[in-house]
Amino acid sequence: MKYIAPSSVEEATSLLSTSPSAQVFAGATDVVPQLRAGRSAPEVLVDLKKIEELVSMAKDDDKWTVGAATPTANLTEDEAFSGEFPGLSEAAGLIGSDQIQNRSSLGGNLCNGSPAADSVPAMVVNGARAVIAGPNGTRVLDVAEVVTGPGQTSLEADEFIVEFEIDRMPARSGDAYLRMIPRTEMDIAVVGAGARVTLAEDGSIEEAVVALGAVAPTVVRVPDAEAALVGNTADDETLSAVAEAASGVCNPIDDKRGTVAYRKQVAGVLAKRAVLIAIERAEQRNGSK
Amino acid sequence: MARTHITAVVNGDETEFLAEDGTSLLNALRDEVGLTGAKEGCGTGDCGACSVMIDEKVTTSCLVFAPEVEGATILTVEGLADSGELHPLQQCFLEGAALQCGICTPGFLIAAKALLDKNPDPTETEIRYALAGNLCRCTGYDKIVRAVQEAAREMRGQ
Ligand SMILES: Cc1cc2nc3c(=O)[nH]c(=O)nc-3n(C[C@H](O)[C@H](O)[C@H](O)COP(=O)(O)OP(=O)(O)OC[C@H]3O[C@@H](n4cnc5c(N)ncnc54)[C@H](O)[C@@H]3O)c2cc1C
Ligand code: FES
Ligand code: FES
Repeated sequence: MKYIAPSSVEEATSLLSTSPSAQVFAGATDVVPQLRAGRSAPEVLVDLKKIEELVSMAKDDDKWTVGAATPTANLTEDEAFSGEFPGLSEAAGLIGSDQIQNRSSLGGNLCNGSPAADSVPAMVVNGARAVIAGPNGTRVLDVAEVVTGPGQTSLEADEFIVEFEIDRMPARSGDAYLRMIPRTEMDIAVVGAGARVTLAEDGSIEEAVVALGAVAPTVVRVPDAEAALVGNTADDETLSAVAEAASGVCNPIDDKRGTVAYRKQVAGVLAKRAVLIAIERAEQRNGSK
Repeated sequence: MARTHITAVVNGDETEFLAEDGTSLLNALRDEVGLTGAKEGCGTGDCGACSVMIDEKVTTSCLVFAPEVEGATILTVEGLADSGELHPLQQCFLEGAALQCGICTPGFLIAAKALLDKNPDPTETEIRYALAGNLCRCTGYDKIVRAVQEAAREMRGQ
């Protein structure tokens, strides 16, 4: 195994196109356990953290740009970012311990392809886009389109994610992410639920996105919950429709962390709670960004 | 396997060593640099016994590839004491019996130092969260938490 740390996106893509058995990594918090378990054996390890764009965070009037290899600790420590996207910041902050947080990245969390990856539902509800570099330049893909199944992505072998773009949070909008784990820290989600809402001037819900993790082979949106919310307020009837829709889209596994019936039930409860938190946050963001 | 020549500042001293590219920083520190304080409990990021600080950030050295630390500054448990005088955390762990077999201790000390660097007056809950990435099979954690509280008090001069 050879270690290489390219210093530019171009250097990295040309390296990937010429070395078929190369694997990129950021924090290696998924890569090392997989190497140790014999689940992968790349000849070349490509460290993305020496490329400046990949480990930086910036915002302009329209969007935030977060380098794909930026340690998730930076997302929780950046007050401007966590103030604007508390849900995404809290989701990123759930990944492992402080030791893991100083290494783990959004790019790795997404591209590892785990259905339970905590930051992914939160990125999806916020409409995050991945900027993907390859030998022919860059392309932009919705985060929701990146993972195609457990451990599978739609990226080519010589492509990698440079950064994520997230449009600035509009006024009267808020996001939230909740997960259910058997312990209080350091565990894999049994269910994860992300929500984002925008309120109309009259306080009714104008836009809503709900996404669930750990209940299907990939993160799933809950269109029926979104439809139930739009035009309404969070009254009991609407919230039961949200819960029912969330339980309905689940296609979970049965394992020691939770049975199918349990995961479905919890998905409904968490989706409801996440929507309520997102609404509360939206109410507090009456001003502009 | 390719062997890379690595230069890093380890516990204040510029240190050079050779390591195979796929080797973990943990194994390089133990086998090449001769610093056996950091321990391997799991090798997969779960137990925290291998915790070290890299450029002032705590991480599990079993998940770091040795060549990544070229030019970096590393602190291991061996670097905590100051010219033979134990760090307040070490002293409080000893006095408070916050260790039994001791395998987890180097990792707890480094994780606790990382916490106190950022937050000199943590609550019990903050201490427990900051140490959630460190497992101990012996003590039941209470004495560890109390030792960290005591060290924090001392370091604040109270
Ligand atoms: C103790 C422990 C606890 C954990 N707890 C959680 C948890 O609570 N929640 C959770 O979601 N995860 C958890 N994880 C898993 C892991 O930490 C996260 O998935 C993390 O975000 C991965 O990021 P990384 O930078 O370390 O990825 P890496 O290990 O560097 O990479 C992971 C995968 O993504 C690919 N990749 C990385 N960066 C890119 C890129 N820019 N473009 C394309 N492909 C890329 C790699 O090739 C690899 O296949 C835990 C891991 C450990 C060891
Ligand atoms: S040995 Fe590194 S975390 Fe257990
Ligand atoms: S003292 Fe034995 S593992 Fe902690």
